[in-house]
Amino acid sequence: MAGSALGPHQAAVVLADGMGKTSTGEAVQFWVLGAVAVLGALGMVLSKKAVHSALSLAATMVCLAVFYLAQGAYFLGVVQIVVYTGAIMMLFLFVLMLVGVSSADSLVETIKGQRKLAVLAGVAFAVLIMTTLGHARLGSFAGSGAANAGGGNVKNLADLIFSKYFWAFEVTSALLITAAVGAMVLTHRERLVARKSQKELVEERVRTGKRMTPLPTPGVYARHNAVDIPALLPDGSPAEDSVNATLVARTPVRDAVGLTAVTRQAMAVPRQGEAPLVESTAGAANGDNE
Amino acid sequence: MNPENYLFLSALLFTIGAFGVLIRRNAIVVFMCVELMLNAVNLSLVTFSRMHGDLTGQVIAFFTMVVAAAEVVVGLAIIVSVFRTRRSASVDDANLLKY
Amino acid sequence: MEKLIWLVPGLPLLGAAVLLLGGRRTNAWGHLLGCLTALGSFALGAGLFFTMLGKSDAERSMHQHLYSWVPVPGTGQNPFQADVSFQLDQLSMVFVLLITGVGSLIHIYSIGYMSHDRERRKFFSYLNLFLAAMLILVLADNYLLLYVGWEGVGLASYLLIGFWQHKPSAAAAAKKAFVVNRVGDVGLSIAVMLMFVTFGSFSFDTVFGTAKGASDGTLTAIGIMLLLAACGKSAQFPLQTWLGDAMEGPTPVSALIHAATMVTAGVYLIVRSHAIFDLSPTARLLVTIVGAITLLFGAIVGCAKDDIKKGLAGSTMSQIGYMILAAGLGPIGYAFAIMHLVTHGFFKAGLFLGAGSVMHGMNDEVNMRHYGGLRKYMPITFGTFFLGYLAIIGCPPFSGFYSKDKIIEAAFSKGGTSGWILGGAALLGALITAFYMTRMVIMTFFGEKRWVEDADGHEPHPHESPSTMALPMLLLAVGSVGAGFLFNMNESFVKWLEPVVGPRAEGKLPGGLNSTTLSIITLAAVAVGVGFAYLKYGTRKVPAVAPRGSFITVAARKDLYGDAFNEAALMRPGQYLTRTLVYTDNRGVDGAINGLAALVGGTSGRLRRLQNGFVRSYALSMFGGAAALIAAILFAKL
Repeated sequence: MAGSALGPHQAAVVLADGMGKTSTGEAVQFWVLGAVAVLGALGMVLSKKAVHSALSLAATMVCLAVFYLAQGAYFLGVVQIVVYTGAIMMLFLFVLMLVGVSSADSLVETIKGQRKLAVLAGVAFAVLIMTTLGHARLGSFAGSGAANAGGGNVKNLADLIFSKYFWAFEVTSALLITAAVGAMVLTHRERLVARKSQKELVEERVRTGKRMTPLPTPGVYARHNAVDIPALLPDGSPAEDSVNATLVARTPVRDAVGLTAVTRQAMAVPRQGEAPLVESTAGAANGDNE
Repeated sequence: MNPENYLFLSALLFTIGAFGVLIRRNAIVVFMCVELMLNAVNLSLVTFSRMHGDLTGQVIAFFTMVVAAAEVVVGLAIIVSVFRTRRSASVDDANLLKY
Repeated sequence: MEKLIWLVPGLPLLGAAVLLLGGRRTNAWGHLLGCLTALGSFALGAGLFFTMLGKSDAERSMHQHLYSWVPVPGTGQNPFQADVSFQLDQLSMVFVLLITGVGSLIHIYSIGYMSHDRERRKFFSYLNLFLAAMLILVLADNYLLLYVGWEGVGLASYLLIGFWQHKPSAAAAAKKAFVVNRVGDVGLSIAVMLMFVTFGSFSFDTVFGTAKGASDGTLTAIGIMLLLAACGKSAQFPLQTWLGDAMEGPTPVSALIHAATMVTAGVYLIVRSHAIFDLSPTARLLVTIVGAITLLFGAIVGCAKDDIKKGLAGSTMSQIGYMILAAGLGPIGYAFAIMHLVTHGFFKAGLFLGAGSVMHGMNDEVNMRHYGGLRKYMPITFGTFFLGYLAIIGCPPFSGFYSKDKIIEAAFSKGGTSGWILGGAALLGALITAFYMTRMVIMTFFGEKRWVEDADGHEPHPHESPSTMALPMLLLAVGSVGAGFLFNMNESFVKWLEPVVGPRAEGKLPGGLNSTTLSIITLAAVAVGVGFAYLKYGTRKVPAVAPRGSFITVAARKDLYGDAFNEAALMRPGQYLTRTLVYTDNRGVDGAINGLAALVGGTSGRLRRLQNGFVRSYALSMFGGAAALIAAILFAKL
């Protein structure tokens, strides 16, 4: 954060001082945030739930944004936070909401030998590329001062983008438009029949005669007043359709079947005093489920 | 501290991302891993830019971000449409194209 | 008249086309049409003959150009030019008259002979086809067209030998004749190709005109190839084996094709190509050797056969051996070769028709041991057969005497040791001929009846054949009696052929012999043969089942092991070779190819499993590849 806290000009001066070495402040920042970034990356890879992965990735990206700022790439640092951490990660989360109902992902490997080989290849790759880096002659360390001199980082970058890389910039804009159109085309669903009006829906419900009334609300007569706990019917059995189907699909929450057993047990001994702990039963149900 | 450390960090992040691609089945997580790999490369580009005092590295990183954004948009759209038809976001389930 | 030459082969060809394409609709009158075209052809031939007689020697050769068959204009130094054009000279004239004359008689004979056959119409169409092909052969003015006729008669012969293809033996005989003929045909085709390469043309005029310019080796090669062709078609040693089996065909076929005309095509070919043989003594010597061997070979085979037709087939082989011998002797023999060919055409056709008539009366029995005493029952057949017999053994003044005597004389006059050997062989042949022909006549017409029931239990009731069969036999008998005398009067035949084959060289008989003494010696030899046969068969009872006989008899019954030799020397090694090749092909070549294919297929089948559809597996490969790439770079740089 030290680099970013200073003004651009000052930062350049600070960094240029070392000529091959960075300031101690930056070093501290690197070791702290580097650890965070690596932990975030590992968390992303290893966490079971996709949401956790997304959040871990966001953390890593913020760390990287700080590194950009520290190295004098102010524009990129800001863009990293705004575009990446802000827009793209939000898009990820948004799609997770759409898709994520069944996205709970066990980490059990299904392809034979995949994980073993992946570890092997990963370790080999890391070792090799780091060895290569260690042997690489990277030349003298110029620092970002010269690059950011004059109008500053943003202006110099703009100069480059709108002169030397103008063509690439234009092409990239075309790519973006295409991508936007493509996403629309891919996700668009043509409505083949007219949307049913409320009247039609009611008539259809009567005609099929399956269920006239709206679905029961969850939590009614239940032990817990929560959306993921099914309502209890007058005879004590849980009304399974009172819980939203999406929530049911998220298995770990509450299991109607497991709950039925628990409820029956509770109903059988109504004046026994304390009701059985829902947490423990839920845990048992989860265990059964997995 | 030697600025080369940024490069080592970049390599480490890249490897973790690639490893994630290999072991995760959820398409969205796989996508995130790809993003991580792109970010790792961006970090090294920025570091090179600083080492040489040349903004070209940052320009390329900028373009990488733009392209990554476009890629994410299309990729996620594909995941959504695949999910719609197959009710699954697992990359292992889409394995019809084989021997 | 000259414009009508094309009609000579054209008429029978038309007849064959109508009968073959018309199918069953022509059944009722097919045989009549067949006879009509043959007779029309004969009438045309006779007309042309008289036209020719009316001209001087030099103008007698007539040409008719019909159309260009394969014209390939002026590329290279040898423009390829094949014409369909006919040449009717004195030699061709002789053949045209013989073919159409004997052919017409045999057509007429066949009306009676084949009257019970349901396929008579088809038979006549084949006969017509044969006539057309044979006439093309002798009328062609170039070797390519001659080759067309050559193959045409081969086809007709094949069809007619196998005419009763429901008999396995007939089908096999047809195939055998075809295959053996093919060996000869290869010779002719090679000869034709050599001629084109050497002379740049197929036409007789060009080839004979420029033959002197060619090298000895080429001429000898052409001559030997022509001899090979003649051996195949004329059943000469070593391609003689097919003729005996060819007797499976109906008897008129044997008479027309395998006695009078087709088998003499080889003699025609050699005499026609005399310009080449005159220039190649080696080829000519080979011709005489082949002729001498065959004339003895055929005669010996003829002695042992009990089947009347096979006996006659051996005789045919032997007589053609005489002709080939005469043709090989050169200018002293050409005319006599052709003369013997014509007289043989008469008497051998007559003998065959007689044999057919006997079979007709004896429920198609062919074994002479089951004949006997038929003289009284078939007087006309006996009479004509006996006249033919006298002609073939060379009894003066019948036709065979004149022609065969001249050949024996010519053989002796060749001079030197070879003259003695060839003459001796010819003389011995005459003796054996007298023996086996006498044997045949005695066994068939004299002695006591040895008739047996046929397979269906019918007693034979020998009877004279109908007039359609008797008339041709009578006419042929007239020919066998008078032709030789007629031809020899003032040497008319020799002079007739002189413009074609050149003037006859006067031979000089060796060792104080002269023409008369040689004739007497020959007659004595014939008398010995006749007497010996009479002693053996006329004075003793002929056993109904053939006795075992001496080893020569046994060998002769088996055609002197010709088939056995072919089987052992050619068929078995050929089969072995093809089997080895097939085995090598199947196991070696195919095995290597299939093995390679199986290897690739199996490997790819296993490699295919890598394509498991899991994106992550592919990603792993890529990642591993990237690692390997870095490793390689590192390795190279360190």
